[in-house]
Amino acid sequence: MALLECKHLCKSFDRRVVLNDVNLKIDKGKIIGLLGKNGAGKSTLIKLVNDLLTIDSGQILFKGKPIGVKSKAHISYLPERTYLDKTMTIKQAFKMFSEFYADFDLERAHTLLADLDLTEDMKIAKMSKGMQEKLQLILVMSRDADLYILDEPLGGVDPATRDHILDTILSNFKEGSSVIISTHLISDVERILDDVIFIDKGQIVLTGSADKLRAKHKASINDIFRSMFYAKKTH
Amino acid sequence: MQVIQFKFDNERPIYLQLVEQLRVAIVSGAYAAGSRLPSVRELAVMAKVNPNTMQKALTELESDRLIFTERTNGKFVTNDQRLLDKIKTELASDLVQKYTSDMAKIGITYADSIKYLKQLGGQ
Repeated sequence: MALLECKHLCKSFDRRVVLNDVNLKIDKGKIIGLLGKNGAGKSTLIKLVNDLLTIDSGQILFKGKPIGVKSKAHISYLPERTYLDKTMTIKQAFKMFSEFYADFDLERAHTLLADLDLTEDMKIAKMSKGMQEKLQLILVMSRDADLYILDEPLGGVDPATRDHILDTILSNFKEGSSVIISTHLISDVERILDDVIFIDKGQIVLTGSADKLRAKHKASINDIFRSMFYAKKTH
Repeated sequence: MQVIQFKFDNERPIYLQLVEQLRVAIVSGAYAAGSRLPSVRELAVMAKVNPNTMQKALTELESDRLIFTERTNGKFVTNDQRLLDKIKTELASDLVQKYTSDMAKIGITYADSIKYLKQLGGQ
């Protein structure tokens, strides 16, 4: 049984079709790249899976059952924009996550925090944007979830922070769980992906193993993506 | 833990590049004959690749008998010196062929390419 399955998923806002007959299967134990340009439908798809929007038609199954309150307990979601109350200290954020999520591993959170040279009494508002992104990722990756969904985890951070974020994802990715990384910054993440899903104009246009696609096209995932969606190759 | 510097080109399958670079690490003795390899997870973090991809590369090295698994202890480099020598010779042969064919491309004969190597090699 697939960990996550979307069947004939459709979603419109007003009359604008954002997702059109999306069919997907995500197996356990994989890191998957959900790749598409801005506005392709990535975030809408992710919000539907996290039960933050209602489905117009179709179905989303998590471990074979329709998504809902139960699936939320096992899906750890990093939203594109932070929802943290910035007046909180790190300690308060940890406490909130411990109370919200039974699978939150406080010890792991402390270990990850130690790598960042931050202290628990620090206010989130006082931290740099990069640090805030890292903290948010620590909160999300410290849960023992079955599925991690990271929406643009690399947006707007410097290259060193990107490396750190990728390291954090890799070193906390545990056997049997899966990670979906949604991004348009393909060259930064493609090396850690098992499989890729290309989404464009609300439709899934390509899925496959990253290494098999590289072998078939003799090109990077980034170049394959660009040749499909941009008339001219840009660098 | 012996740290290896991995370098990748995103245009070729990552697992193949891992196989190549781990093979070099083994024949060069960075991972010595009979020694224990870091865990799949440690190697994956070191190379900044997916543990599944690292596992695939190690499975390939294992089917070539360059490494073997001891059920509870992890993965080890082979003790078979003849196999290590054979693989080293294969790698050397690839390098020599690349050298001589690159030299031929710039109009240097095989005999002359050896002279160049003697004169300039090791600089």
